[in-house]
Amino acid sequence: MATVPMDPRKVARCREIAAEIADDVQRYIDAHTTVGVERTILRAYGAEGVDDQGVPLVNTAVERYREAGVLGRGIAFFLGRALIAGAKTVQDAAERLAFAPEIDRGEGGPGPDAAREALREHTAAAIARIDTARKQREALRARIASGPTPLRYVIVATGNIYDDAVQAKAAAHAGADIVAVIRATAQSLLDYVPHGATTEGYGGTFATQENFKIVRRALDEAAQEQNRYIQQTNYSSGLCMAEIAWMAAVERLDMLLNDAMYGILFRDINMCRTFVDQYVSRRFIARAGITINTGEDNYLTTADAVEKAHTVLTSQFINEAFALRAGLKPEQMGLGHAYEIDPWLEDSFLLEVAQAQLIRQIFDKHPIKWMPPTKHKTGDIFFAHVHDAMFDLVGITTNQSIELLGMFSEAIHNPLLMDRYLALKATRYVYGAAKHLGEEIEFKKDGIVARRAIQVLDEALELLEEVKRESIWEAIGRGAFADVKRTRTGGKGYAGVLDRARDYCNPLLDALERSA
Amino acid sequence: MHPTAPSKPLRAYGDREGDGMVQLSFVLELPPSAKAREAAKRFAEMHGLQDPLVATMEPAAEGFSFFVVYGHSKHAVDPGEIDVPEVRTESLSREDIEHRIKTRLGRKIVVVGACTGSDAHTVGIDAILNYKGYAGDKGLESYKGFEVYNLGAQVENAQLAARARALKADAILVSQVITQRNCHKENGRALVELLEREGWRRDAILLFGGPRVDHQLALELGFDAGFGPGTKPGDVASYLVDKLCGGPGAMTEIPL
Repeated sequence: MATVPMDPRKVARCREIAAEIADDVQRYIDAHTTVGVERTILRAYGAEGVDDQGVPLVNTAVERYREAGVLGRGIAFFLGRALIAGAKTVQDAAERLAFAPEIDRGEGGPGPDAAREALREHTAAAIARIDTARKQREALRARIASGPTPLRYVIVATGNIYDDAVQAKAAAHAGADIVAVIRATAQSLLDYVPHGATTEGYGGTFATQENFKIVRRALDEAAQEQNRYIQQTNYSSGLCMAEIAWMAAVERLDMLLNDAMYGILFRDINMCRTFVDQYVSRRFIARAGITINTGEDNYLTTADAVEKAHTVLTSQFINEAFALRAGLKPEQMGLGHAYEIDPWLEDSFLLEVAQAQLIRQIFDKHPIKWMPPTKHKTGDIFFAHVHDAMFDLVGITTNQSIELLGMFSEAIHNPLLMDRYLALKATRYVYGAAKHLGEEIEFKKDGIVARRAIQVLDEALELLEEVKRESIWEAIGRGAFADVKRTRTGGKGYAGVLDRARDYCNPLLDALERSA
Repeated sequence: MHPTAPSKPLRAYGDREGDGMVQLSFVLELPPSAKAREAAKRFAEMHGLQDPLVATMEPAAEGFSFFVVYGHSKHAVDPGEIDVPEVRTESLSREDIEHRIKTRLGRKIVVVGACTGSDAHTVGIDAILNYKGYAGDKGLESYKGFEVYNLGAQVENAQLAARARALKADAILVSQVITQRNCHKENGRALVELLEREGWRRDAILLFGGPRVDHQLALELGFDAGFGPGTKPGDVASYLVDKLCGGPGAMTEIPL
C-alpha cells in the first residue's frame, strides 16, 4: 500500500491549534447574527413568496426590522409575537412583519419565552421538514447504490434550468455520479435568493428553490434509469449561504459547496458576515446529512501550487474545526484540494501524488474533494486531455473520494455535452486500468514523494502556529491564504451583521444546536 | 514559410502540402447507426471536407452520438489579403522599461485594473498586475516604474472609472473572462461610453484583455489596445512604456 510518512503527533497538534483558532471565531459567531441568518430562519418556518418587484418576503421583513434597529433580538421573537397577536399561520405572521402598518418594536407584551412557546410546534415542523427530506434521500440511496469512489463529478451550466436538466441526465448516462449546476456568476453577491424557475443566467444558472426541484427530479429519473444513485450539488456560498443551505436541505440535495473562508477570499465578502453565515448554514447542513465540499482548491489558482501547497492543508484543518463546531461529522466533510502544479515543472506529478496521498491519510474518514487542473489549461484541448488523465491517475491511485472531472475545454467555454462525455470516458479508462495501483506500489522511504509530504505537513503546522498567534482575522488581513488580503470591516455585506441582543431569540437554531 | 516570401493561398497542412487535412468533432442528436454515420459524413461535406472519414461514432448520451471526422478541406486562405491590426510594440527588457520610465517620464506610471461587471475571474488581471505574474514573467507590481491598483473582481464600470480618475490613472486595464452572450463586449463598450460622457476618455490609455479578446475587438469597442491569451506582463509594460515614454528614438517627444 502506497503511504507517505505522516507523524500523528504533528497531525494532532495541527488539529489542536485549528480548534483554538476556530474557538476564537466561534465566540464572535455566538454573539452575532446576520440578515442572511434571520432570513433563513423565516424561510425555515415556512415564509415564502416574492412581491411584484421580485423581492422575497423574507428580505422585506428582515430588512424592515434591521432598519428599525431591533433585529438583534432575532426575527423569531417578532414572528412569535405576531402569532400571539393573532396571525393565523407563519406566512400570515411573516407578512405582518413585512407589511403591517405599524412595526413591532418589541416593547412590552410577550417576552422571548412566550415567543418561543408560540413557535414551539412550528419549530418542530421546521425540523421535521428537514428530517423528512433526509429520510427520503436515505431510503432512495438504500435502494439505488452510488458508484465506487472516486465519484465522478461534472458540472452543467447552460443558464437555462430546463436545458440543465437535459444535460444533467446526459451526464448521468455517460457515467457521472454527481452533477453540479453552476451558478450564475453574480449570484454570490446578491443579498437575496431569486425566486422560481429561471432560464437566463450568465456563466451559469441561478440557484433557486424551484431550480433545485427541477434538477432533483431529473437526477432521480436518471438514477432509476442507470440504476446508480446520482448526487445533486449546488453552492451554499456568498451572501445567502445559509438560505441556500436550508433550500438544499428541504429539496434533498446531496452536496453543497460550502467553505468557512472562500467568500472572504474570493468574493470579497466581509469576514464577520461569512463566519456567522457559514456557521448557521452548516447547522442546517449537519441536520440534513448533506456533504460539504470546501474550496481550498481555489487557493492554488491565485497562489503558487508548489510554494503554497501547505496553505491548502492549513485551511483544511481550519475548515474541519469550523465544521465540527457546527455539528458536521467528518464523513460529511469533503475537504477540497487540487491538481494545479505547473505541468512543465519536473516531477510535478510526484509533488501532486505526495499532496493527494498526505491529505487522504490525514483526513481518512472525510470524502475528500479532488479538483482538476484549470490554471495551466491554455485552450490546447489535446494537451489538456493528457493533463487531465494524469490528474485521474493521481485520483485513483490515492483513492480520492469525489473527483471533479477535468475538462479539456477548460479556459475556452463551459463544458459541452461531448466535453463531458470524453472526460468521463477517459476517466473510466484510467480508473479501470489503474484500479489497484495504490495497493500495489510503495513510495521510497526517503524519496521525493515522502520528503514532499513531510515538508507540506511541517509547513502547515508552522502556518497554523502563526495564524493562532496573530488570530485568523489578522492572518487573512496579511494574505496568509491564497495571497488575498481582506480586512475585518471591509468587503460586502458587513452592514448585515448585527450584535445579538442579550435576550436573542432563535429557537430553531437552538434546536439544531441541541440535536448535534 | 519565410516571412519575406510572397504569400500564396494556403490549405490546411496534414502530411503533405496542399492535402487540406483537418479533423472535426461534434455531436448530433441521433443514436449511433448507419444512418447517423452517413449524416455525420454529409455534415462534414457541407463544411467543405472532401472524402470525409468518420473515424469515431459513439453514444455520448441517450439519443446523441459523438463523431470524429477527418477530411480534406477544399478551402484555401490567402494571408496576403488579410490585414489584422496587431499591437506593434517591441518587447523591452525589464531594465529598459525601468530606465525609460525613470529618465523620460520621471514619475511612476499609474495603472488601475479590474474585472468588470459580474465577472469574478481575476486570473487574467492578476497575472498581468500582481507581483507574481505569469509563466515566470513578474507582474507590473514588481516594477519600480509602475504604481498598480488591482481592484479585483466584479467591479462596476462606474466604480472603476471613479477610482481611476481619482488616482489620475495613466492606464486602465479591463479583464473579461466570461463571454456568455457577449457580456464582455457590452461591459467593455459601456466603460468607453462612460469615460466619453464624463469627458476624459483621452486622458488614459484603455486596455482590454481576456482569453477571447484580440486587438481588433478592443479597437472596435473603443479601447486603445487588446491583449489576448498568452500575453505576459512584460508585453503590457512594453506597450505602456512605448505609448507614454515614446519609442526608442523619441527622447524629445515625451507626451505632456
